[in-house]
Amino acid sequence: MGIIEAILLTVITAATPLVLASMGELVAERTGVLNLGVEGMMVMGAALAFAATQVTGSPYIGILAGIVGGALFSLLFGFLTLTLVTNQVATGLALTILGLGISGQIGEPYLGVSGIKLQPIAIPLLADIPFLGPLLFRQDLIFYLSIGLVVGVNWFLFKTRAGLKIRAIGDNHGSAHALGIHVIRTRYLAVMFGGACAGLAGAQLSLVYTPQWVENMSAGRGWIALALVVFASWRPWRLLAGGYLFGAVSISQLHAQALGLGIPSQFLSALPYIATIVVLILISHNRRMTLVNTPACLGKPFVPDR
Amino acid sequence: MKKIILALATSAAVLGFAAAASAQDKTKICFIYVGSKTDGGYSEAHDHGRQALEKALGDKIETAYLENVPEGPDAERAVERMARSGCALVFTTSFGFMDATIKVAQKFPDVKFEHATGFKSAENVGTYNARFYEGRYIQGVIAAKMSKKGVAGYIASFPIPEVVMGINAFMLGAQSVNPDFKVKIVWANTWADPGKEADAAKALADQGVDILTQHTDSTAPMQVAAERGIHAFGQASDMISAGPNTQLTSIVDTWGNYYIKRTQAVLDGTWKSENVWDGLKDGILTMAPYTNMPDDVKKAAEETEAKIRSGEIHPFTGPVKKQDGSDWLADGQVSDDGTLLGMNFYVAGVDDKLPQ
Repeated sequence: MGIIEAILLTVITAATPLVLASMGELVAERTGVLNLGVEGMMVMGAALAFAATQVTGSPYIGILAGIVGGALFSLLFGFLTLTLVTNQVATGLALTILGLGISGQIGEPYLGVSGIKLQPIAIPLLADIPFLGPLLFRQDLIFYLSIGLVVGVNWFLFKTRAGLKIRAIGDNHGSAHALGIHVIRTRYLAVMFGGACAGLAGAQLSLVYTPQWVENMSAGRGWIALALVVFASWRPWRLLAGGYLFGAVSISQLHAQALGLGIPSQFLSALPYIATIVVLILISHNRRMTLVNTPACLGKPFVPDR
Repeated sequence: MKKIILALATSAAVLGFAAAASAQDKTKICFIYVGSKTDGGYSEAHDHGRQALEKALGDKIETAYLENVPEGPDAERAVERMARSGCALVFTTSFGFMDATIKVAQKFPDVKFEHATGFKSAENVGTYNARFYEGRYIQGVIAAKMSKKGVAGYIASFPIPEVVMGINAFMLGAQSVNPDFKVKIVWANTWADPGKEADAAKALADQGVDILTQHTDSTAPMQVAAERGIHAFGQASDMISAGPNTQLTSIVDTWGNYYIKRTQAVLDGTWKSENVWDGLKDGILTMAPYTNMPDDVKKAAEETEAKIRSGEIHPFTGPVKKQDGSDWLADGQVSDDGTLLGMNFYVAGVDDKLPQ
């Protein structure tokens, strides 16, 4: 295995949770719901996936637990912001803090326990392609799901009737409601989809990335996922590219250090964030593109008139 | 709202009385942790120390603790609460509790305080720390004997004296076996982010190191080392379960012996403020069993450990040059503790540029 291949493999592992969590948030934001609780849902997913894997011995049940747990946890956010119409920003932050606390409780018995790693699945024939095979076709289920999700969400949002409705709600929930689209119901589903994706991202952390449970192990990845959605201007393919760019920069800075290039490590550690800021500036420079893609009703509460 | 506050205040007062009442029967020894007592690392090691203390002196003392106390302004309230609740001796176990401890200690001259890893003391505030660098020197010896490539990977957290001292001790240990030994250093700029620690470990392994050392808290690097079939050293606790065929040894924080010693001093009425920096010989740190290495390496490690215990070897003994080639320690000269505690330079042979 060459060094390039090794680096790319590490990048894929680092980027997958970012792509997953931000893809869920992208769909939620496309319906106009801003859920800042990604970090909390992610860490809940990590704890539940690890616990379920330890109890049952099967990482696949762990993945399921992460997805279902993340979705159920996001339901709390949905109930508060959509039914009780609380402030989305405050509720999202509360969800993150709550998630960090509860996951600590769930994970407590499993601290210091060595986890079970989700094994890769080689896809016949494709796995034998030189270079690309080991990189893309000898991966674990969660990686395949993450790529499938990008393709699926892109198709769903821009090629289906339901996707059109979602975008309509995000752009103008009043008009969408007047047209007879179920605004609240659709938003509930989108929030739960976001929770499920964040939960799956968490499962990737505790089953693939580092098969163990450590309190607060998401370590800020939920916040990066949130930034990535804006970075990608709410477009799935750009989001995939952004996730991998971020992963690549954060891994290559470690390699630069190990090579002893003599660049200050604090600067290198900040590089992924600097890259994010630069791209955000470039994107916001193009006002038309920003306006076209930003859901106009993002973060605004909706109370249907009767 | 007022009623609730009143109720809270009353119950807090009642609790305070309850604690004070029971404290009259047994001497109360208190602990404040920065993390959770089951964090699998630093705070857990302190809690093991508390449990050892209860086991040893449980008939004369009782213990109490506060966990997850953030460093900063909140710490002061936590320390004060402990002091008020009738503690005879309060151990504040994290560096960031230093100013809070000093401040509260002035208000409670009859309560004794011990602050870990700090440098400010007072009449009723002592400090204590462990010479972890002794363990890192032994690890350096093992690494130089075990590595086929003569290169170790070092995952460091932050460029503070404690960590820089560790890197230097590791290198000096390795150089005592192989003067040309190299170390590749990656600064993770975090104490605990398993993902990042694993990425750093992978990067180092991909660049060809066959021994990993870490000064971060999680077992992620150990897991990566196990996957890649290379060796690694644990950190703060015995991490053998994360790498049964991987871990060579680990520096284990064993604060219990110290806690028992100091509590006994309070019971005997002989406690006085001291600045303690104990090492292997005092049992404040121990080495996890030497595993996954040939007998001759194990023997060399055990001999080094015995010599450090007896005082025959001090890891920082001259001749040692600084990284820039200037002289630091003359032949036979031993570094003073002040230089070590403020260490902000590498010794010769380290290729990394120290972040300032």
